[in-house]
Formats: sequence, structure tokens, C-alpha cells
Amino acid sequence: MTTEASSETEVKENAEESAAQPDQSEKATRETQEVLNTEEEDKEKGKVKEKEGKGISRYLPTWLKKQKSLSQTSPTKETPPTEEPTSKVTEEEEVSAPEVNGHAEEAEEKEEVKSEPVKEKEVESNSNGSADTEPAKEEKLEESVQTTPEENKETTKEEDVAEEEKKGQEQETQAEAEVQEGDGQTSIFQSPFRLVRKPKMKVVVCHVTLLDGTDFSCEVEKRANGQYLFFKVCEHLNLLEKDYFGLTYKDTHDEKCWLDPMKEIKRQIRSNNWQFSFNVKFYPPDPSLLTEDITRYLLCLQLRDDVASGRLPCSFVTHALLGSYTLQAEFGDQEPDQPRPLDFISQQTFAPNQSKEMEEKILELHKSHKGMTPAQADIQFLENAKKLSMYGVDLHRAKDSEGVDIMLGVCANGLLVYKDRLRINRFAWPKILKISYKRNNFYIKIRPGETEQFESTVGFKLQNHRSAKRLWKVCVENHSFFRLNAPEPPTKARFLTLGSKFRYSGRTQAQTRMASSLIDRPAPNFERTSSKRISRSLDGAPVISITEAGRDMTENGHDPNLELQSDSKSQMRVHGDNIYVRHSNLMLEDHDKTQEEVLKHQASISQLKRSFMEAPPPSPPQPSQWEKRLTSSPASTIRVQQQQVVSVPQMETASADNVISDTKEPAKTTEVEIEETVVIQEVSKATKAGNVTVTSNSPAGPPAEQESSEQKVRSDEEVVVVEEANQTRQESVSSESESEEEAEYHPNVTTSISNTQIPEEKEEEDKLEGEEEGEEMEPEVPAAPAPSLPAEISQPAEETPQEEEEPRKETEEGMKDEVEEKQGDPETEESTDDPMLTPDETPKSFVPPEVEEEEQEEPKVNGEASAVDAEPRPHGICCSELPVVKTEMVTISDTFAAQKTEIATKEVPIVHTETKTITYEAAQLDGNGEGEPGVLMTAQTITSESLCTTTTTHITKTLKGGLSETRIEKRIVITGDCDIDHDQALAQAIKEAKEQHPDMSVTRVVVHKETELAEEED
Amino acid sequence: MAGLMAGFGHYTHAIVRGIPASLAKEALRTNQAEVDLDKARTEHDAYVQVLRTRLGLEVVELPADESLPDCVFVEDAAVVCGDTALITRPGAESRRRETEAMKEALTDLNMNIVEIADENATLDGGDVLFTGREFFVGLSKRTNQRGAEILADAFKDYAVSTVPVLEGLHLKSFCSMGGPGLIVIGSSDPAQKALKIMQQMSDHRYDKLTVPDDLAANCIYMNLPNKGHVLLHCTTDEFPESVKVFEKLKDHMLIPVSNLEKVKLDGALTCCSVLINKKKHNN
Repeated sequence: MTTEASSETEVKENAEESAAQPDQSEKATRETQEVLNTEEEDKEKGKVKEKEGKGISRYLPTWLKKQKSLSQTSPTKETPPTEEPTSKVTEEEEVSAPEVNGHAEEAEEKEEVKSEPVKEKEVESNSNGSADTEPAKEEKLEESVQTTPEENKETTKEEDVAEEEKKGQEQETQAEAEVQEGDGQTSIFQSPFRLVRKPKMKVVVCHVTLLDGTDFSCEVEKRANGQYLFFKVCEHLNLLEKDYFGLTYKDTHDEKCWLDPMKEIKRQIRSNNWQFSFNVKFYPPDPSLLTEDITRYLLCLQLRDDVASGRLPCSFVTHALLGSYTLQAEFGDQEPDQPRPLDFISQQTFAPNQSKEMEEKILELHKSHKGMTPAQADIQFLENAKKLSMYGVDLHRAKDSEGVDIMLGVCANGLLVYKDRLRINRFAWPKILKISYKRNNFYIKIRPGETEQFESTVGFKLQNHRSAKRLWKVCVENHSFFRLNAPEPPTKARFLTLGSKFRYSGRTQAQTRMASSLIDRPAPNFERTSSKRISRSLDGAPVISITEAGRDMTENGHDPNLELQSDSKSQMRVHGDNIYVRHSNLMLEDHDKTQEEVLKHQASISQLKRSFMEAPPPSPPQPSQWEKRLTSSPASTIRVQQQQVVSVPQMETASADNVISDTKEPAKTTEVEIEETVVIQEVSKATKAGNVTVTSNSPAGPPAEQESSEQKVRSDEEVVVVEEANQTRQESVSSESESEEEAEYHPNVTTSISNTQIPEEKEEEDKLEGEEEGEEMEPEVPAAPAPSLPAEISQPAEETPQEEEEPRKETEEGMKDEVEEKQGDPETEESTDDPMLTPDETPKSFVPPEVEEEEQEEPKVNGEASAVDAEPRPHGICCSELPVVKTEMVTISDTFAAQKTEIATKEVPIVHTETKTITYEAAQLDGNGEGEPGVLMTAQTITSESLCTTTTTHITKTLKGGLSETRIEKRIVITGDCDIDHDQALAQAIKEAKEQHPDMSVTRVVVHKETELAEEED
Repeated sequence: MAGLMAGFGHYTHAIVRGIPASLAKEALRTNQAEVDLDKARTEHDAYVQVLRTRLGLEVVELPADESLPDCVFVEDAAVVCGDTALITRPGAESRRRETEAMKEALTDLNMNIVEIADENATLDGGDVLFTGREFFVGLSKRTNQRGAEILADAFKDYAVSTVPVLEGLHLKSFCSMGGPGLIVIGSSDPAQKALKIMQQMSDHRYDKLTVPDDLAANCIYMNLPNKGHVLLHCTTDEFPESVKVFEKLKDHMLIPVSNLEKVKLDGALTCCSVLINKKKHNN
């Protein structure tokens, strides 16, 4: 609350300032617009239209502008800027901007232009200022990066203020801004960056299935974040009230996931499947409060599909009634002499089991709607649909504490528990104190009742950690959207890096309503596409028409299975209502502790993060490059991002495409550290088993520590794919799991609180310390954290490793090979932390923040780290908490080799722990580890929704005589549900390895499969 | 064309059934009590008269069946909501055949009939509380989870929540609807606990009217044309304190109905009729 208040005041100040020069600023903006328009012919027309029509864009620009403006304003406060200067600046920008910026910038500019006219004077003024400011701001960012945290704070403050101003408008914008900044990280070097960037920009065609079944394709920069695409779609749809909607994609397990607007698309989707669908994300409880008919129309389209597919169950009569409104909306009054109405109606799907009787009933009811306009029919449709008990309920399959199959439904009011079709419990948002997940467990902490003294925690088991995380995210988003006036303050979200702290990044319902009330445009004309649909369906076009979609369960993205089965025959019956498990507060407390710790560190960390954040650009860009390389893996299931830590970064770079990838790596490394220890142990085990082949051709094994970089490099890649049952994997991947697995969210708490609490625990913890679970793990982790820096790592490793190792031994990851073992282990662990995040998000964003933290506070890092991870980019993904510790990682992300090396050094301590492990495992490696120079190691963990993949890459360079050999060992640990396709995973891994190191030969592939150990059941 | 969930309390028809002579001796009861058959019949006649004459409902009166001593409690044999009638599978084996006549009557009224085929399911209509927005199903001696599931399947539009019935025969032995969004609830601990559960399970807010006597909490609410809110409730003879509470409902037409005899058989006011709203558009 306090933060908000302060921010508001600040905002006011800004507003005043802006107000002072409104007219001038407007002029300036218009001028800029004109210029831009001329430049961009296509967009020109938009001027007027843009104002009205492209509402989405306007927000973005404003925000950007604001940010910029803010930056200026803050300095300006003392000397308020005059209008003239601003205008000049804008002009300059205009000129430069188009050329310099990649698409993204252009888009931004456009948006800005559009937005400016639309917005109120304040906005405009801000925007103008912002435009001017941009350059300045970037500079600041750069400075901040290098500068001390304090400075960063200031900058962050400014940003915060700006953000808050926008409050009403959106966090999304912020996110975008961040992203953009991120893209431009280099922005620090603005112009150069852009120039550089252009050539690298890759464009991808995205296919978005719209609600009317049509397919919308657009080109998107490969590194674009989700929001960019979403806005593109909204623009195409001419949709202003877009906050109720979102884009979904299918993860590797073919489960529907919401595309996180804040994260890069590329990192979220499975490789190369740029297929999305546009869906309603938040079903407005009262659709009549929507401002525009077009919004209601889109909602109708979604609901028609929901109804037709059976996701939204309703009775025969209701099916008929809704169907009749659909007919009225799409075809108007029924003509008395309409030929063959039944045939015509049969082409449309109104219900899962559509009978002649129903069609007749629909037609009968249709007659009674005579004279109703399409918009009226839509309203009637919605008025009836909204009353359905399952309206807006997002179902997730789960088990209660007794293993009974249930369904958890997330909706505007809270969390519903169903057994078959029966509601057996309900937890309204106000009753829920905390939402968390750990591995495949999902917990809600319940406010004590009147007669109860203690809070209780209810636990549910999800199918796997992905499911748990997905459910958790949905809960966080729904709570934020429907219960909060404003999303949690971005500042906290940004800067607090507790584990993976996913937060809702968009506007809340309250905010979107506010924004909607400001919509001032004539009702847009839009075409109802029923006719299209029909024709398509007849054609058998691949495109999914709504009607067709209805039948196709999967399309909706909802798991058909998830839907309540009315028959319920198949499902087990639970005794009564026991869904709940009351736990002693132990679990909760643990979480809390971690949180507390995190909080303690937060301040310091936050500072670092802020600076980091400001620096933002580094992370995003890196990942993209990285991804490109990595993405090779066709198998969607496993996305392996390799975070490679190069012990001798420079040296190895040669070999190293892998190494290069580091940008992301750093972050991961941090996380990895803790986990790494675990891994190491596992590795050792693995080796025992014989599964792991450490030695590769290159003598490197024992290898010379010194790197003679230039000489021939032979690399052997060993790919070890370990697939574990879901549970097991967690352990093995522990690091990953930790970060991903656990997350907390305190709904009731103000935004700030919620952020802190959301920490996610990693799976590793469980494995390692089943009992300890999240908390213990976290703390330890920090110690271990030594990111992946190879050389140093080996030394320090000894200290921490033991403790961690033991627990971790349990983990099966052990796959890592000897050389890598020491270094790699740590890395791997990090990766493990990331896993959740890793998949797409983690790497870039998360890493950096953590790294910073590490530097400052290594010990505490664990708890904090988790928090940190989450914040940076990806609110959505929970980062491993542990990772946070390794702040340095962040630096690495920047791409600069130098930084990397530095980081490595810092990381070293962590490494030490690992080293010990290494020692255990392989004698050969030991030598290497000590020999710093010879070994590069990178560990990345990528977590896709379905799988956690941890890739550890050890690079060993050996000088023999005059020849240097480079051996690359990759250990890939895949933790997934039972459904993992091992063969595919292996094939992918090999393929990737080849692609990444075309000049190297794969000398050895060892596959070790582990089924789950009996997981301790929390 | 009333939309979904409109017109709570609107009824046009009522199905009742005569009292067999076997009622006095053979009807199921939780307390051993002497039932005066004549008094019971007199009460029941008065009850039917209120429905038919005073309230103007079209009353379908099924003949009593001597082999079904409990057949007067028609509520347990069917759950009707909108155009759909779920023929139940009563938890008491001796009552299973009560549904036959009920099904026939409902079929004659052109209701969409849904039957329970599952032999593991039991459901008594007395355990089903329809609030106008959702169902609560008491899990009691007579109704089990499976029965509730089937009910949920039959009325897909509505949320169906289960409520454990710890005391009393049925859920509606201590509660009922007193109006739109108004739950009449007994003051006993089990009743209050059940209410809390219902409140927790519901997305909707309900007002509550707490009456001192659990049995008095069973009343019949209707919303009838030209009459507005109508409430059939217990008499002063039975529960004077509770009647005082009902009398605070100023907007309701209050009609005390004696139920002294049937209550001995755990029969409450709602038990003796199945209320139906046959809209004009329904054929």
C-alpha cells in the first residue's frame, strides 16, 4: 500500500508537469506523428483510425513514453523541461528511429503515435516527454547497470512512478517496455545496437486461430515477446477490451498453455510450432458490463465453442436457448418460408450431442427472437451463459490427499473442488491466504474460520509439476485479475526475485473496466462470420471453425479429460468431502521461512535487481541467439537449453557455441549451483552404474588443464539422457525442480506481499531433502550457488557440496560425467532450478538478477534467489529460488565475455561445493577441475511445460604436445512424466549436439533411464 | 422464454398423493410415535386444499398405494426443475416403487424425464435443496454421492454441491427456501453447520432466516401471480417461537399449515408435494 501511495504522489507530480505543457506537447506529438506517418505510409491512414482503433497499441506507446518521460521528469523536476526542447528531441528521434530500430521499434513508434492522440493530455504530455527522453533513459540504464545499486534504485523509482501512472493503463505495457528495452538492452548503445540488430533479426510467421475459426497469420520477430503477437492479433480484430483475452499454445504434452505476454514467444512454445489460438482468458462475470459489442461478440464465439464442445455443460433447454440466440445473432430473423431449416441448422454445432430434437427446439426458439439485433442476441446469449455453473471455470485434474480423482476449478470467485460433477468444496479468494506449489503438489493455505485457531493448508496432487505450476499460475492470474484493483506493483515483481514469482502482468478487471469506460470510438463494424464458418466446414478446410472446434476437444485447449464427466462412471468416488488435508503448519512455515529470508535479502537484492532490470536489455537479446542454436531440437518435448559455464570462458569460446550461449547460462548457473551439488552425487551414482560415460575421446578427461585454444579441437559430446518418471526427475533435476516446482502466492496480501510469497520450490529439494522440502533446500542452495563458473568452482565446491550432496545423491541425475562432474554438476543444478523457467523464460531474465545477488549475498541467496529469478522478465515463470544467489549470472547474460569470466570467478565458491562431488565421481575430472583452464562448463536447464530438461555441458580442453583437444560432454537430464518418449529425446539430443557442434563428432552416447524412485509423498 | 434460472418459486402444478392406511403402522420413522391416521388425512386434505384452492395450483392427486406406506411423501420420488424431472431412487428400499406413479404423472405433464439407472445410487428428493441458482444435496442416510452425481448430471446448468447431513433424516429436515436468496434454517448445531457449508460452497450470497426449531425450518415458498411471495409454514400450535420469526417476513403471504401428524413420520411440509412450473412455451 505504501508503495502505491508514494507512487501516486509521484505520479501526480508528473501529471502536473505534463499538464503544464499539454498543448505544446500535443503539438509535438502530432508533428512526430506526421513525420512517422509519412515515413510509414501504411500506417498513415491510421492517424485517425489509429487513435480509435488500435487501442492496444496506444497503451503500449504511452507506457513507453511515460517511462521515458519519467526518466526525464525526475531529473527535470528541478528544471522543468520546456516544450521546445522536447519537440526537438522528438523530431530527432523520429528521424533516427525509423532507420535505427528494428521492427519492434517501428512498431513502438507507431503505437506511440496512435496512443498519443487518443490519450488525455497528461498522457500525451508524458508521451512526448518520453519520446524525447528515450535516449536519456537508455543512457541511464546503462549507467545503472554499471553503477551501484543505489543509483539503480533511483532509476527504478522513476520507472515505478511511470508505471504507476499508467496503472490504469497497463502493466503489460511495462512488460513490453521491458522487453523492448531488453531487446534493446544494447540500447545502452542504442544506435549501434539497432544497427547491429537488423541483420540478425529473424522473422517468424505466427499462425493464430481466431475465435471464429479463421486463421490469422502475421510475421513476428523471432525474439518477440508474447505481448507483441497478442497485440497484433487484437489489432487485427479491432479489439480494445483485450484484457479478457489471451493466446494459447500447445506445449510438448499437447496441453494448452497461456502464452506469457512478458516472455519471448520462442521460449515458450515448443520448437518451431508457431501455432496459437486466441481465447478468452478471463470470463467476465457480467458481460453486460463490457463496453463494446465486438468484445461481447468475441466472448460469444468463445462460449459457443465452450458449449458445443461440452466444456461448458448445460441442459438440453439451455443448449437450445443458446443455440437459438446464436442463430438470431448470425442469421437474423427466421424467415417463415426458410427452406430446409433443419439441414441448415445441422451444419452448425450447438451441443456435444446434438439431436434432431434439439435442432427443432432451436428453430422453434429462434422464431421467438424475431426483431432482435445481433448485438441483442449476443447479450441474451451471454446473460444465459453467464449463469451456468461452469461459466468461466478453468478445470484442472488433480487428486486429493487420499488419492481420489478430483477436479480443481479456478474462476473469478476462487477455487472450486469437484468430484465428478459435484462441487465438494470451494475456497473463495478471500479465504485463501497463500497459494503455492511444490513439485506436483499444489497447496492453498486457508484463513482460519471463526472457530479455528490455526490456518490450515489444503494440498492437492497434480499429475506432475508442470500441471501444478500451470494451476498455480492460473490461480495467480485469476486472483489478480478479479480481486485486485491493480496488479501487484511492478516494482516488487520486478525486483523481488524470490524464486519464480510469476505474477499477472496485465490489467485487472477493475483497470480494464476503467480503461473501457474511456473508449471513445464509434462502435466498430465487424462481420459475423457464421457464413464463413459454414463454408469452411463444408470445404473441410483445416482451419478450425468454431463449430468444428467445439467437437474437437483439444482445440479449445482445455483438456477434454478435464471436463467434468457427467457420467462419472469412470471416475472414482471419493468419500465425502475429503479433499482437504490439513497439514500442520510445517509445510507452510517452511515456505514462510524461505520467504522471510528472501524478504530480508530482498532489499539488497532488489537494489541489485533494479540496477539489473534497468540494464534489462542484456538478457533478452542473449536468449534469442542462444535459442536459435539450441532450438534445433525438433522434438518439442525436450527443449534443451544449454547453459554452459565456461571455466575458462575465453579459451573455450572457440569450441563453444555452447559456451556462447552462456548469456542465459549465467542465470541458470546460479540456480544450478545448489542443484548441482545434487547432480554431482547423482552423477557419481550414475557412473557407478556405468551409465555415465565420462571419458570421451579426447584425452581431455584427465586433460590438460591448460587450454591451447587454437589447436585442433576435438570435441566429444556425450549425451546422456536420463529420463525419470515425473517424480524422479524432479530429484535428478533438482535444481530445476526447485525453482520451478515451488511457488507461493498470497492472494490476500497486497501485491507486494504476494510477490514475496510466491516462491517456487524446486524439485530438487524434494529429492535431496525430501523432508526438508523447500525451505531447507533453498538455504543450502545459496551456499552452493556458485554458478557455473568452472574454474573457480572446483575449489570452493568442497565446502558446501558435502551437505548438499548427500541429500542430492538421492537424485538420479548423477548422469554427469567426470570432467563435467565437478563443474558441471553445479551447473546442472542450476539448470535444474531453472527448469521450470528455463524452458523459455528462465534463462535470460532470471539469471541476471540472481547473479547480482550472489555477489552481494551468497549465503542468503538461496531464499532470495528464488524470488529474484522470477521477477526479471518473466513474471510468469517461477524461477528457482536458489539461483537467485548467483547474481553474477546476470552479468553473464549480457553477453560480454568479460563479464562472464568475472561471473565465473564469483561463482567459483559455489563451484567448490560441486567440486567435491566431482571428486567423488571421477578422478579424471578432479584434475581438470583444479586445472581450471581446461574446463568449460555450462549447465542449462530448460523446462518446458511438460518436461524439465537439464543440459550440462562440460568442455575440457587438453593440451597434448602441440595439440589441444576439446572434449564436450553434455549431460542431459530429462525429467518428465511417464509419457516421455525416450527415443525421441535421445534422437533430439543427438541431433542438437550435432547441430551445435558441426565440427565435432559424437563419440559416445550413453542413455540412462531411471524410473522414479518412490517419491516421498508430501 | 424466461431465461435460465428465472422465476424462482413460480409454480403452476403440484403433485400430491393420498395417504394409505398402512401409513400409521408401516411408514418409516425415526422416532417411535403413534400416528393418528385420520388426523393425518385431515391435515393432508387441508394441505392439498391450500395448494388447490387458496393458491390456485393445478393439483394432480395420485391415489394412495397400500403397499407403499410412505407414498404420501412424494417429494422424495422426484426432483423437478424447469422442464426436467429426475425420477429418484429412494434410499429406503421399501419406497423405491413410489417413483412409478410419479414418473407416470410427470410424463403426463410432458416433463423431460430422467431416471436413475445406477443401482448404487440413492437419492431422496428431501435431500435436495434448490435455491434458484444451484442445488445442495444432502449426503444422508437416504442419499449418497452417486445419487448426487446423477442429479448434477441431470441439471447441468446448475452447480450441485454436497452437504453432509449429520442429524435428521434429510437435508430439508432443517432447512428450506423462504424466498429468493433466503434460506430458512434451524438453530441446531448440525443445521447451522450445514448452512455454513452451503454458504462456503456457494458463489452466491444467501440471506438466512434462523428459526428456533429445526422442523419449522421446512416451509414452502412460492412466487405466484397476483399473490407474490407466498410461504407455507408451521402453525403456532407446533412451533410458536418459530412462527414468530416467520411473521417478521412482511412481504410474504404467510399461510400456516398444520403438520402435526406427518411430522411424526419425519414428514415435513415440502415432503408432501412436488411443485412444477409448466411454462406456456413448454408445449
